[in-house]
Amino acid sequence: MWRLALLLLMLPVPLAAEEVVLGLSKDQVAITTSFDGSEILIFGAVKREAPIPSGEPLQVIITVAGPSEPVMVRRKARRFGIWVNTDAVEVDAAPSFYAVATTAPLQEVLSDTEDLRWKISIDRAIRSVGAPSQISDAPSFTEALIRIRRASELYQQLEGQVALDQQTLFRTAIDMPSDLTEGGYITRIFLTRNGQVVSSLQTVIDVQKVGMERWLFELSRQSPMVYGLMSLAIAIAAGWGASAGFRMLRNS
Amino acid sequence: MQIYLPIAEVSVNAFLLLGLGGLVGVLSGMFGVGGGFLMTPLLFFIGIPPAVAVATEANQIVASSFSGVLAHFRRRTVDLKMGTVLLVGGLIGAALGVVVFNHLKSLGQVDLLVKLCYVVFLGVVGGLMFIESLSAIRKSRKAGGTRPAARRQRTWVHSLPLKMRFRTSGLYISVIPPVIVGIVVGILAAIMGVGGGFIMVPAMIYILGMPTKVVVGTSLFQIIFVTAFTTMLHATTNFTVDIVLAVLLLLGGVIGAQIGTQIGLRMKAEQLRILLAIMVLAVCGKLAIDLLLQPAELYTLGAPGGH
Repeated sequence: MWRLALLLLMLPVPLAAEEVVLGLSKDQVAITTSFDGSEILIFGAVKREAPIPSGEPLQVIITVAGPSEPVMVRRKARRFGIWVNTDAVEVDAAPSFYAVATTAPLQEVLSDTEDLRWKISIDRAIRSVGAPSQISDAPSFTEALIRIRRASELYQQLEGQVALDQQTLFRTAIDMPSDLTEGGYITRIFLTRNGQVVSSLQTVIDVQKVGMERWLFELSRQSPMVYGLMSLAIAIAAGWGASAGFRMLRNS
Repeated sequence: MQIYLPIAEVSVNAFLLLGLGGLVGVLSGMFGVGGGFLMTPLLFFIGIPPAVAVATEANQIVASSFSGVLAHFRRRTVDLKMGTVLLVGGLIGAALGVVVFNHLKSLGQVDLLVKLCYVVFLGVVGGLMFIESLSAIRKSRKAGGTRPAARRQRTWVHSLPLKMRFRTSGLYISVIPPVIVGIVVGILAAIMGVGGGFIMVPAMIYILGMPTKVVVGTSLFQIIFVTAFTTMLHATTNFTVDIVLAVLLLLGGVIGAQIGTQIGLRMKAEQLRILLAIMVLAVCGKLAIDLLLQPAELYTLGAPGGH
């Protein structure tokens, strides 16, 4: 009996049978003054020691998540004839950007338990612990967050957008909108069979303001006094310049 | 050409901003107003976060007022003493305004407050100006342009203590009313991102009884300092002054103002005033409708505050 157990232990671990090898068109997104969104090409291959297993075909899921931060979701209601913010729920952590691209509809390629474990679908990527007790319909606030961010393409569910050739080569393109926040964008690739994750890989795409954008932003946060005075100096110089310039025009 | 604003963190069309600056500049040149009350709502409409729009607009007003006040200094139509008294009130008001602004921001009501202020003040000022200029047009059609003589009455303003002599304005009045006017305008400047000229000019004429020729210069003089102070407060406490946005608006604004002045010279005062009144009421109406009608999306997202 113990011989059999040893034999089983010596078998290759099933997880390692198929592995991801990844490429990115760029691992850095620079927010410059003329930044107008960015498209990232994510591509890669499945490395195997053994022939392609038979049965259910291999599926690929790719997620890109921006930095998570708490978000205050407020709801308007009519008070005294005008629409004002009344109820508010704080969502504990929501990625500022989230895209999930798959080879087929998400429900087919991923089981619910695996989704819960890896937090892959948009709903699972958001963490909301509790709402104030006076609010009875807390889920509608999380739904609203997803709805608003999907409308502005900050959250994207790209089902069937990953192309997979010969169960080996995969690629997808993810469009990032122009109003990105800075930070490390965690990119994950999952290989699934039968709804189970068989392999995964994680890497980071750096999104950063560069050049003048970087400089101005840092200045405004680190030495707000200098930044404020600089804004005023520019304003006064422009005001004086305009006055002097137009007087010269009029006199000539 | 899209340009990414480092503080607002949105990407907008640079020519749209230059155009807006130019358009508001033309209007401010035509009517002799700062244009902040038009620019800030326009910035809301194109998707600049309200907090950034208000703070940045204050910075832009510094530029346009500075450009304007230089011309008034050359003509000696600035009452420095009155300006300083108004300024003392203005700085107190601006500090109060930023405190109120930050408190409401943490409650999530800042958008509502800013919009309500706009609806109320634009409605009142626009309405009064419309009625006044309509009756002026009617009068000038009837009689050949005879104007009622300016009356100097003794009102409650003259019975207050702490009197001071203002030589340039030819006034001997208490400092309390100008300080109060200053405070009110300062609060508005901080909350609404406007210079407050459209409130201060009528107040100086009708409450303080200042001669019209020194009113605009003195108001501009005071506005420079109050908006500069507001800019610094917003920059150091909220980090919401976007310098790139300000520069783009400025460039359009100073050029537009020059064109506007030329157009203004070719039009009658009553016609100008009635046009301005219609425009003010239109902006007011748009904001009021947004508050009254049910919005398409009831939920809004924001950063959590009050930590």
